[in-house]
Amino acid sequence: MSILYLAHTDDNGSLPKAALEALTAAQKLAADLGRPLKIGLLGADVQQAAQSIGGCNAEAFFSVSGEAFGPSRYSTDAAACAALCSAAEAGIVIAPATLRLARCLPGTAYRLGGRIDTNITALDAADGQPLPTRWYYRQRMSGQVQRDTQSFSGPWILTLAPGCAAPAECPGQAAPQAVDVPLDGLTRTTVTGVKQPNVDAQTIRPDADLLLVAGAGWTKKQNDGQAHVKEAGELLLDFLGKTKSSLGSSKSLVDLGSEGQDVLDFLTHLHQVGQTGSTPRHPKGLATCCHGEEPHVVGWRFINERRAVNLDAGCGWAHGKADVLYVADAFDVMKKVNELLGK
Amino acid sequence: MSYHIVVCGSIVPDPLQTLTPVDGPQGPALKNEMMLPAVLDPWAGHALYEAANLAARHADCRVWLVSLGPKAKLQQVMMAVAQKAPFELVAVDGPASGFTDSFAVAEALAEAIEGIADLDRDKLLLFGGWQSASRGAGSTIQMVAERLGIVDQFQGVDQLNITDNGLEVLERIEGGSWLTSTVQGAPAAFGWATGELPEPPNNPQVGMMNMKTIMPALQKAKPAALGNGFGVNNVSLPQVVRETRVVKDMPVDDIARELVDWIQG
Repeated sequence: MSILYLAHTDDNGSLPKAALEALTAAQKLAADLGRPLKIGLLGADVQQAAQSIGGCNAEAFFSVSGEAFGPSRYSTDAAACAALCSAAEAGIVIAPATLRLARCLPGTAYRLGGRIDTNITALDAADGQPLPTRWYYRQRMSGQVQRDTQSFSGPWILTLAPGCAAPAECPGQAAPQAVDVPLDGLTRTTVTGVKQPNVDAQTIRPDADLLLVAGAGWTKKQNDGQAHVKEAGELLLDFLGKTKSSLGSSKSLVDLGSEGQDVLDFLTHLHQVGQTGSTPRHPKGLATCCHGEEPHVVGWRFINERRAVNLDAGCGWAHGKADVLYVADAFDVMKKVNELLGK
Repeated sequence: MSYHIVVCGSIVPDPLQTLTPVDGPQGPALKNEMMLPAVLDPWAGHALYEAANLAARHADCRVWLVSLGPKAKLQQVMMAVAQKAPFELVAVDGPASGFTDSFAVAEALAEAIEGIADLDRDKLLLFGGWQSASRGAGSTIQMVAERLGIVDQFQGVDQLNITDNGLEVLERIEGGSWLTSTVQGAPAAFGWATGELPEPPNNPQVGMMNMKTIMPALQKAKPAALGNGFGVNNVSLPQVVRETRVVKDMPVDDIARELVDWIQG
């Protein structure tokens, strides 16, 4: 049984970075297990993507393409992925954990009588089988998944979390074999577009070098006995504008808004990081006015360099988790930081 | 148009608890797992509140909450959840652990849904969380829907509006944006992100009404067999502890300079 590498194209026809990372993992697994590697590509037009990885030493290339497969839509994506798996006679499938494939691959696995394990962070091989590692309980603990592949008939699908392998660089010629997917009954859903925040209001930037985390302390009463939420918002937005960093917040700050309190109005649930939010990946992270224990730590798991500013020298979550803890008033510090950044 | 909304959601340890893995007779578990305070999974909670809100705005809608977990813990959590929104509970007795196979969980949930006597599949909107605070696989709802024959699915949903054109959906995509789609109508499945609704305040009247069905549902809960051929090994906590440099009594100007150098470095 072969190993199928499965990926989709971006709007511009290329493969996303996470897909190239997953290809590296697929190549390594194929070598470790001594199994042939095959490629399955999905998108409106996959030719550019195929040429970008044509030198990956795959035994065969398959594709599902056409206008109907351009936009991300569960019904067509799941059907396309199932068709690619069948065409490649895949025993193991490696795919990037992009939102598009994360949505459709569980259904694909079910449809084919297979199984799926998602958001894999390391992929080893043991006893002729993959040995994937993933997080449990919102990145609080990790474990290795073992499956008896004789207990099911379909493929074992594994999606690789972004940032866990180096992107593959292997351009070359490739002529994918087209796989036909009938569209009967698959177009009840119409993708109508993408809703984006205004450029000025864009404060979530996954590719930014720095993540700024705003904690609930920004909305609390300060030394003069008053809350200074408006000033806090101006300081944060000024910083974000000057550094083009991404903004995260603790759950408490987001929830204060839904409870009708006076809070930073540009924060939404999309900014939430930690136990009940996202786990962003940035080279650096600066936490301001954050207090708490484990939930915040979870939001930091994949931040490489971490610094924090708050007034509590004994802050339990910063000790052992942050590289530097500045014990200072974040209002004063950020005001001065913005001045320096503006020079 | 009326809808039959089935929300899949289980219980998880309170997020504020410290979790420690231990080896149990059935595989990995959490230390003192049965003693840990539990809550409805946050994403399942968002799905439930969105379902209740949708049902309140459209005539003849019904909401079921299908939940897999140990009966005793389900009962504890339902005492609180019952006061938040009206629903009918369908309980399945089994582990709520994160160390279970999402495929087996999906099969158990789908079987329970197939057993709901009054459910009209043509009106079915399947709700659940797109993540969970336990396994966090983001795969269960899709598999439940597949077994129920639903091919119109959405994940990371933040908004669902019912219009003359059908159901308009906002799904999260990379970069803080949303994919906008329209599906012609039920049946469809929705894995909710956070939605747009706050947690509803407690309503004792709703709680009393819900408890009339919750206790019988718990008594009737069938045990779930979560299958073989799956295991999680070598479960451990991250061991890396950083040497935190605590900077006290440094002038603000110096802190700012150091931070700017670090940011720009």
